[in-house]
Formats: sequence, C-alpha cells, structure tokens
Amino acid sequence: MSALEASPKYPKEKQIMLALNGDEAVAYAIKQSYVDVVAAYPITPQTIIVEKFSEFVANGEVHTEFIHVESEHSAMSACIGAAAVGARAFTSTCSQGLALMVETLYIASGLRLPIVMAVTNRALSAPINIHNDHSDAYLMRDSGWIMLFVENVQEAYDTTIQAFKIAEHPEVQLPVSVHLDGFFLSHTMENLYVLPDEAVYEFLGGPRKPVKVKVDYFDEEVEYVLNPARPLSMGMLAFYDYYFEIKVQQVEAMKRAERVISEVNEKWYELTGRRYGDGLVDPYGIDDAEIAIVVMGSSAGTVRSVVKKARERGIKIGVLRVRSFRPFPRKRVAELLRDVKLVAVLDRAASPGTLGALYLDVISSLYNVKERPIVVNYIYGLGGRDLSPELVQKLIEELREDLKKGYVPEEKTMRYLGVRE
Amino acid sequence: MIEIRWHGRGGQGVWTASNIVALAAIYGGKYAQSFPAFGPERSGAPVLSFTRISDEPIEIHGMIYEPDIVIVLDYTLLSPKIIEGLKPGGVIITNYTGDVNAVLEKLGIKRGDFRVLLVPASKLALEILKTRTTNTAMIGGLLRLKHVVRFEDVKKAVMDRFSGPIAEKNIILIERAMNETIEV
Amino acid sequence: MSLKSWREIPIGGVGFRLSTEVKTGDWRAMRPIIDQKKCTKCLICWLYCPEPAIIWDGSKVEVDYNYCKGCGICAHECPVKAISMVPEFGGE
Repeated sequence: MSALEASPKYPKEKQIMLALNGDEAVAYAIKQSYVDVVAAYPITPQTIIVEKFSEFVANGEVHTEFIHVESEHSAMSACIGAAAVGARAFTSTCSQGLALMVETLYIASGLRLPIVMAVTNRALSAPINIHNDHSDAYLMRDSGWIMLFVENVQEAYDTTIQAFKIAEHPEVQLPVSVHLDGFFLSHTMENLYVLPDEAVYEFLGGPRKPVKVKVDYFDEEVEYVLNPARPLSMGMLAFYDYYFEIKVQQVEAMKRAERVISEVNEKWYELTGRRYGDGLVDPYGIDDAEIAIVVMGSSAGTVRSVVKKARERGIKIGVLRVRSFRPFPRKRVAELLRDVKLVAVLDRAASPGTLGALYLDVISSLYNVKERPIVVNYIYGLGGRDLSPELVQKLIEELREDLKKGYVPEEKTMRYLGVRE
Repeated sequence: MIEIRWHGRGGQGVWTASNIVALAAIYGGKYAQSFPAFGPERSGAPVLSFTRISDEPIEIHGMIYEPDIVIVLDYTLLSPKIIEGLKPGGVIITNYTGDVNAVLEKLGIKRGDFRVLLVPASKLALEILKTRTTNTAMIGGLLRLKHVVRFEDVKKAVMDRFSGPIAEKNIILIERAMNETIEV
Repeated sequence: MSLKSWREIPIGGVGFRLSTEVKTGDWRAMRPIIDQKKCTKCLICWLYCPEPAIIWDGSKVEVDYNYCKGCGICAHECPVKAISMVPEFGGE
C-alpha cells in the first residue's frame, strides 16, 4: 500500500449515502452499469433484485431490455444469446435455480461471454431450505466462471460494478458471478455509499466493447459477435482434435484474471477510496498470527469482530477472508499462511465423501511450503444455521487447545461447528 | 451498539418497522443494520426482524441473541420464550390490550425484572389508520427511549418509505403512540 | 492441414474456417436423384432442404452433392415424386 495516499476521485462527500439491502444495492449497481439485457427468473432470496430492477425499467430509468423468462435455464440462455450479439447481460439466481441453469453456465464460459450474475447464496435441496449456505456456489466451481464472494452490502454494490470491468477485460473474457449471502446480505439493510451515475459509466468505459478475433476467412480481425455483415459461427462442435485446446484457453484466461481482479480493485480504490484487501484476499491480523481462520462471505465480518476482541486480550489470531474463490489465489494464500501454526478453514457447505472445497484449495496451496501449518476444516452454517459470535468464541477456544497439543489426529481434521451432536 | 429484536406475524410489517428504525439511525449519522428472519413464508407465521445501531461500522452478520430491546407487535406472541437472551437491564416494548398484569404473567416476569413499556398500538392503529397494522405504532413506543433514534429522523424515514397521506397518518400515529405509551 | 496450438486459435471455439470448407457430402449413405422430366419446379425441395444442398439457378433444380447428407426430406416432400433416394454405394 502506498504511503502517499492520493485523494480518491470521488471521496465520500461526492458519493450519495443510501440505506439499501444487498439485493437493492445490486439492482442499483446494475442500473448504473449500462446493462443492455436482463433476463431473470425469481427465486427467494434474489427476488428483490429483479423486482427492484423492473421498477427501474418501468420508470424508464434504464435502457435495458428486460426479458421475462420461464425458467433459470432460459434466463442464462437468453443472456448467452444477448452476449453473443454484443450486449452487456446480467442475470441472478441461486440454489435450485442455479442448479437448473448449470449446463448453460459451462456454455457461457466456454463461449467466453462476459456475462455477470448475482448469486444470493442459498442452500440446495433436499431438504428444501431458503436460507444461506454456499452449497449452490460450490456446484459451479469448475464451470469456468470467476467467483467473487462479498462480505457486506457496500461490497455487493462495488463488486457488481467491478464484475463487468473484470469480465469484459480483453485478457479475461470470462463470465463473473458475485456471491452475496442469502438473507444475511440480500435482505439486510446497511449503510451504503453509491457513486453518481457518470462515475460508474466512466469507470466501465461506457457500453460493452466486444473483443476482436482472427478467423481464416477474413483478412482483418472482426468483433467477436454474431453479425450478419461479418458472419461467425459460435457454439460449434469441437472433436478430440480441438476441444482440449479451446478449454486450455479458458484455464489460461482464468489465470490472467487474478491480476485483473487486483487491478480493478486498485482502480476502484483510486475512484472511491474503497478497496478489499488486494482484491483476491482480505487479511486481518495475519502478520503475527499463530492461529488463522479462513472464511468467505458475510460470516467473515462476524469472525473478524470476535478475532479483534481476542487480539485485544493478547491472543495471536488473525482472519483471512477469501474474496476471489475462482480463480483461487494459491500464491497469496501460501504467502500469508506459511508462517501461521494452525489454520482453520470454514466451509459453509459439505462435500460428502471428501473435505470442504475451500479447505482443499487452501491445503493444496500450502503443499509446497516446507514447514506447513496444521490445517483443520470446519463445516458450519448449513441451511442458514447462524454463525454467532458465541460460536466463533468456542471455535477460537478449541483452536487454542489444538495449538497447545501441537498435533491434530487425522480423524479430527474435519469438525462441525454449530450442529447438535 | 444497540441490538433490537422485533417479533410479529407475517403481514404485520415487522421487517418494515426494523427498516424504518435503521434508516432513522442512519439519518442520525449512525451505522445501522436491519434484516428479517422468516419461518414459513405465509401470513400469520411468526416473523423476526433485527436492528443493530452503532457509532462504529457493523461487521457482524447474523441474528441477535442478546438484545438490548425486545419489541412485540402481536400480543398473542407473548411468552417467556420471546424475551430469551434479553440483557439484564434490557427493555421490553409490547403491544397490549389494557391489562398490565396479564402482560407480566404471559412473559413470566415480575415488576422490576426488566423495563416494560406498553403501547396501545392496536387501538391507535385502528383509530388512525383504520387497520390493525401495529408496526409504526410500536416505533412510537421505541421513541420513548430517547437514546435509540430521534423522532425527527423517524419522520424523515417514514416520509422516505411511505407515500404522501399514508406517511402523514403514520407520523401522527407514531407521535400519539409515543405519548400514550406507559411504563410498568 | 496441421492442427493449431491453443495460442493460435481464436477464443470461444469460434469457427475459424469457413463452414463451406467442410464437405458434408462425405456423410451420405443414400443419394437423391432428381428426374428433371417429372420436376415441376415448385421449389418445395429447395425450401425444405436443411443444408441447403439443393440449388435453384433460375431454370432448374439440382442437388449439390458436395454438401448433401442424404437425409431424404426432399424426396419425401416432393409432391410429384420426382426425387428418388438410391444407395450411395453400389454393390457390396
């Protein structure tokens, strides 16, 4: 971080203070982002995003084409069609809706379309549950989407706008999902600062500018859009002679996305005075920590508030909030956690048959570190089971016990936090 | 930080009440947070909402287990369970029908255990709004505690969230409720 | 023609060769034969061909065997039965 902090272009005084909940904040961000097409199907707790945005459409506040679709599968399909002709497209869903659109998720990223989606993380059935956990997010972790997890309403607004810039970056061209916890953020009103419309428009560089591609039958590069004047074939069959190469392009783009996410985070800081760690991870108290808790989403705030109190009592503990789940910032995580003695990774979803997804990403990042920390996995918060400050306190005590022992047996690697045994 | 837990039934405006108080706090220069917790999503099912107000940014996300204030919109919800976690020295603000001792009995407490404020919300709502929606009247009761939010800010919040004549009626209702709330 | 590396091809699996370079006529197992004497030039076969592998040059209808996949829709739809489907490969 630079010692000389230049004043942001739009300091707080030039921003507008509103009181909105997470869903409304996302709708407001979409309103300002010059989105051409929104196609969405309602599902609790995302419904407010779509309702609020339709109000903007009805009032003539946006130029957006709002497509009423009959399912989430259709919603993403419509976004794919729209993006394929050069539109800036947005949708939103979660849980069963996300599960329904899963084949189209892979298609969106395979076609390298910079669609943005807000996912109000909600548990997958069965049993039916409308509350928050990350099981729906985890089902899309190999889909080739960039996945960013936000902690509060302000970050939901900021990140939704940033998502378009990241997705549309010429070196990325991948769809981006912004994950905000259902109810805990979607329905939670918090203080929010928004930029004036012109600031957002300028930040995004106006409407979407599609990238160019070179095909054998045109002499010059043409825009990567379906255009009868410059015809291209999108969505083709690719046999075992080319499928692999096309997939590798996606993987390499995802690698480049790490740098772009950090750059956009810095650009946002220059614009607003706000940034989220380095854009990929947001550490607190890690520098001198003996114990570290790794967590994503709104619970990170709860964990941090308890960790702050523990640090005041002299306990050397820190919290590492992961913001970019995909691409997973392996290097940064290894750098930050290498000197910690005991790491607890909190997964808000179960992966029956193996350990938590976030846990697996963290330990694999640490694999090449010679003197690795002990890493344990906590499954917590399923189906909206609250992570209270009391529970975090209990967690910290348990970890301190483990640290004293200096060793965790294999059968204790995974624990549950907050379940009735 | 002040933590308020609201209790009501679906359709009574529990969430809106929490939002208005949070908005008023924000107008008053504070940090605030407001969100609901639903049971089954239908009218009549118990609904909770939560308000946090603080001078510092609020990092916690999740439900309130040790509220400073418990507000009950629906008399039929009163029970010892409803004040679970209420901090010592905490305040109970409830809608009531006129029988003070019945309220204490339903809550399972004695005079002096907690501060108890009784708001004739149903009566006033019926009189001024011609409905049984008690949420705004209960905000009037909350205003009796001067330290949570200011009446001026609540007025602004109501004007922001409701339109024209409805906003005005609600403001009258809030003021009446504030003045007619009694303390046990 | 040699296969390209992932760095050389455009993104998204977009077709980098003209689709007309792919001669789908190779796929045929049955081929349509148009009896020009019976043909009334109604152009229903031309309209229905999914490819398009039926060419109308203003005076007569012809099959473009470079692309015809032998689906038989033209023969099925012809109102005067002027098109017959015969096996592509004679003998065994």
